[in-house]
Amino acid sequence: MKHLLSAADLSHKQAVRILDTAGQMAATQAREIKKLPTLRGRTVVNLFFEDSTRTRISFETAAKRLSADVINFSAKGSSVSKGESLKDTALTLQAMGADAVVIRHHASGAPHTLAHSGWTHGAVVNAGDGMHQHPTQALLDAYTLRRHLTGAGDPSGRDLAGLRVAIVGDVLHSRVARSNVQLLHTLGADVTLVAPPTLVPVGVEAWPAEVSYDLDAAIDTKPDAIMMLRVQRERMSSAGGGFFPSPLEYTRNYGLDARRLAAMPEHAIVLHPGPMNRGLEISAEAADSPRAVIVEQVANGVAVRMAVLYLLLSGSGATTETNETKVDA
Amino acid sequence: MSSALPESAQPDDAQSQQPAEATVVLGGQEISRALTRIAHEILERNKGGSDVVLLGIPTRGLPLARRLAAKLAAVEPTLQAADLVGSLDVTMYRDDLAHHPTRTIGSTDLPGDGLDGKVVVLVDDVLFSGRTIRAALDAISDLGRPRAVQLAALVDRGHRELPIRADFVGKNLPTSTHERVRVLLEETDGRDAVLIEGGAR
Repeated sequence: MKHLLSAADLSHKQAVRILDTAGQMAATQAREIKKLPTLRGRTVVNLFFEDSTRTRISFETAAKRLSADVINFSAKGSSVSKGESLKDTALTLQAMGADAVVIRHHASGAPHTLAHSGWTHGAVVNAGDGMHQHPTQALLDAYTLRRHLTGAGDPSGRDLAGLRVAIVGDVLHSRVARSNVQLLHTLGADVTLVAPPTLVPVGVEAWPAEVSYDLDAAIDTKPDAIMMLRVQRERMSSAGGGFFPSPLEYTRNYGLDARRLAAMPEHAIVLHPGPMNRGLEISAEAADSPRAVIVEQVANGVAVRMAVLYLLLSGSGATTETNETKVDA
Repeated sequence: MSSALPESAQPDDAQSQQPAEATVVLGGQEISRALTRIAHEILERNKGGSDVVLLGIPTRGLPLARRLAAKLAAVEPTLQAADLVGSLDVTMYRDDLAHHPTRTIGSTDLPGDGLDGKVVVLVDDVLFSGRTIRAALDAISDLGRPRAVQLAALVDRGHRELPIRADFVGKNLPTSTHERVRVLLEETDGRDAVLIEGGAR
């Protein structure tokens, strides 16, 4: 694993390993001294071409907790606004010696281009590209699901076999949904996508997931977890962008409110990748209920990103796949 | 992490591959006797075991620490074996992370009261370069402030690269750097033995 570009690239073994490593990282974050010397002297560049609060802060925190040097770059206020290309930006970062580049870009595939163009020698971590992928979000969701739903005790080594997860809302524009469908499938969970027909992407029948247009029917099948997606109005042209008649109708049909929350099984948890549109896809009662693990997702995000940075950046690089290798150097 | 092999390799694949020239230097009986002696030395040195915390370094230091704790509790009935033992993973403090394939991180668990004011006895299977112990000392300083730190190793094979020495040693084993010392334990490998492999012996 040289880069982390897509949740689809992860094998079952790699995914479980990242989650196990995240578990150990999370344990260190409960200590008084949270900083570890592991990545001392390494440089992580956060290259953000798109607005972000929690992902950027989460990556920055993760890198700093591992003692890496962090350089934050946001397109606003940089030479990108003067018209600099991704290539020239990447070459600049390479010249500054970046060991890892965490990139968020509005164009799907930008991280892939960066990783395979030879513009930078560092590891590339996709922090969200267009409507394509957001693998670390899927990993932190899987980590959160595993912590809550795979029984008591240390969850190390477990996957999500047999868990049933409903992903609800704006699937069309959601890189979170794409990454989650692939990763949760890899880990053995059954995924149901619930969305209005206008917000279901073309080609969804090829995804390893069921599709439903009826949230109440999906809740009646007793899912173990429900993941609400943000309605991405910035990617729609007008109020509803023609995807749904009105926000109120969307809320009536696809919003998680107190009634639907009560209809869910006792043990089921509510996830949301944030930022939430309270009152649109999720009501305040649902968002603030004890079954919502939305704030915990943010904390888990730091541990998962520490794990990803550790696995990508420590080690000689060549054989990160080998778990227990004998070294005769 | 064990430092049983040159450059302190990961030891988990050790038990199945045992070349013909492996020499058994300690058997189960001798290991048990050595641990009994170390347990008595720990109690003698620290005038009892009331402040002692045994921190085993995964993989094989941890079962050794558990065995030592059981022996301490057998000698001093006031001690509870389970309250004496912790696990200290040093992976994230190693100085050679960049030179090896990525290591899997083990777990760190401290006994209830933490480390402040305690006498920490680090327990590892093989003491070799001393780098694992250097990492362990760094890890400890992030976890608390013990009154003292001591080191117990089942085997001291020499070739130190740092100014570190063990307080309690099961067996001093003069080796050449070409040889490998392997510790097998019931809990991880199905049997107890210390082996030397390779080299001209």
